[in-house]
Amino acid sequence: MHPDSYQAVLSRKAEIMKAAVGMDFAQFESGSIAFDYEGMLAATGYSLEDVIEIQRGFSVGNTPLLELRNLTELARKLAPPGKGARIFVKDEAANPSGSFKVRRAATSVHHARRQGYPGVVTATSGNYGAAVASCCAMAGLRCIVIQECYDSRRTGQPEIIEKARKCEALGAEVVQLSVGPELFYTFLRTLEETGYFNASLYTAYGIVGIETLGYEIARQFRERLGRDPDAVVCTNAGGGNLTGTARGLLKAGCQAQVIAASVNLKGLHMASDTSFNRKSFTTGHTGFGMPFSTWPDRSDVPRSAARPLRYMDRYVTVNQGEVFYMTEVLASLEGLEKGPAGNTSLAAAFALAQEMDRDQCLVVQETEYTGAGKHLNAQLSFARRNGIEVRFGDPEEEVPGQSIILPEHPRQIRARKVDLDHMRRSLIRNSLASVDHPPTEADLEFLAQETRTDKKFVMEAL
Amino acid sequence: MPRKDDWGLVHRVVLRPEERTASIPEETKKVPFEMWVKGRLKTDAELGQEVTVVTRTGREVRGTLVEVNPTYTHSFGDFVPEILTIGDTVRQMLFGGPADAS
Repeated sequence: MHPDSYQAVLSRKAEIMKAAVGMDFAQFESGSIAFDYEGMLAATGYSLEDVIEIQRGFSVGNTPLLELRNLTELARKLAPPGKGARIFVKDEAANPSGSFKVRRAATSVHHARRQGYPGVVTATSGNYGAAVASCCAMAGLRCIVIQECYDSRRTGQPEIIEKARKCEALGAEVVQLSVGPELFYTFLRTLEETGYFNASLYTAYGIVGIETLGYEIARQFRERLGRDPDAVVCTNAGGGNLTGTARGLLKAGCQAQVIAASVNLKGLHMASDTSFNRKSFTTGHTGFGMPFSTWPDRSDVPRSAARPLRYMDRYVTVNQGEVFYMTEVLASLEGLEKGPAGNTSLAAAFALAQEMDRDQCLVVQETEYTGAGKHLNAQLSFARRNGIEVRFGDPEEEVPGQSIILPEHPRQIRARKVDLDHMRRSLIRNSLASVDHPPTEADLEFLAQETRTDKKFVMEAL
Repeated sequence: MPRKDDWGLVHRVVLRPEERTASIPEETKKVPFEMWVKGRLKTDAELGQEVTVVTRTGREVRGTLVEVNPTYTHSFGDFVPEILTIGDTVRQMLFGGPADAS
């Protein structure tokens, strides 16, 4: 077998990762399903206070908490009497790289610099690339961003092309790939060739970086309103955003409900060459949200620090057309022009606020930058050119990959409930399938923590 | 003619269809796994020729030269009139005044 062959490189995965993350994942393993999750997070050696300090060094965080008064007013017009919670948004687009992802990048890049790595590699088609590039620019480290970018006709999602541009603008080298999970092979080869740090989205360094987002929400709320928010809505894809935010809220002693929201892309295969450009969201969608929630260790590190089912109170989905609609509403009523993908949680929040009482408050915990390619006009136009039907109608008629239905009236925007117990049972089954023996006592306890349930629930699922 | 040190885009096939992983949809398995990387040309070259480029991180990457001085052409796309209608509808609901007929 040639040492550069697909099989040979993948067989060296564990040693490549150990060198590139500087963390031996074996130390947290029990030899079965269970592993020491809290121990892995603590092994970063960075406390919440350390992370705040590190992020301050990169001018990251302390983003404004904005009250969306007109959006709240519109929700109240549609809600039953006495309903319509106040909606707030954490304007994460105000961060240096234009999204919350730089919180994750700051801790990783800081750690890479401290450990003496000459550069950083990251595999992402999303805002995280620009986030790592931005921190590397500040830290004087080299940066390689590996993107899944084109289909076999070399047509790229305008949003991903824009992200490549931004990475390059911040000094990074961008490796653009065609569709397929073999990205991981190129990623491993690049780590091996360069000896750079793996700034994975899923290491403990990344997740402790997001804790400050939840912590800031609680602190800002208390300063401004003298109370805690009742619910925080997080866009859910790989699970890190929700995990970190929820942990930060808990560290602040805030008991707000944590609600996950994803764009519904049911039926579109993520590794399909022909479906690749038929989706109008490249992240924040169920194509990542469902599989990563129910099997977190599918990520690019042996054990993912993003484990959202541990923290999720509710999970809802919204449709593509509804998110585009709310992106325009945000511009029209609040004077805030932001990228559509970051508004997934906003669309959900608009519907959820109508179920909550008027004296309650809910927080949308991110916004992202917008611009050419990464704008609702660019996305809708691209969809239309790719044969997707874009029209006004009933959002329930939307078929991902075939149509984008813009609501005729804002009252049609809905947050559709996902059966969390079903997802919890999936996680338990997936975990069981990963070993060739019955679960140990420690495994049962671990799975109860993983799913925020109890041993009885785990036993029943088995 | 592209010169040494010009900024160029190279393309290469990383895995041929028969080398691809088994766990992917049929339509993906039929096509190669491809890569595009930018860097400075190590030598004078012609478009379509196999060349080596030096990337921004100093890596040497070999591939077929497909573009010199590659730029970005992504945009805001063709005008989407529905977006105006959304804005008009919600403004009218909240503040009154003329609304789009839809």
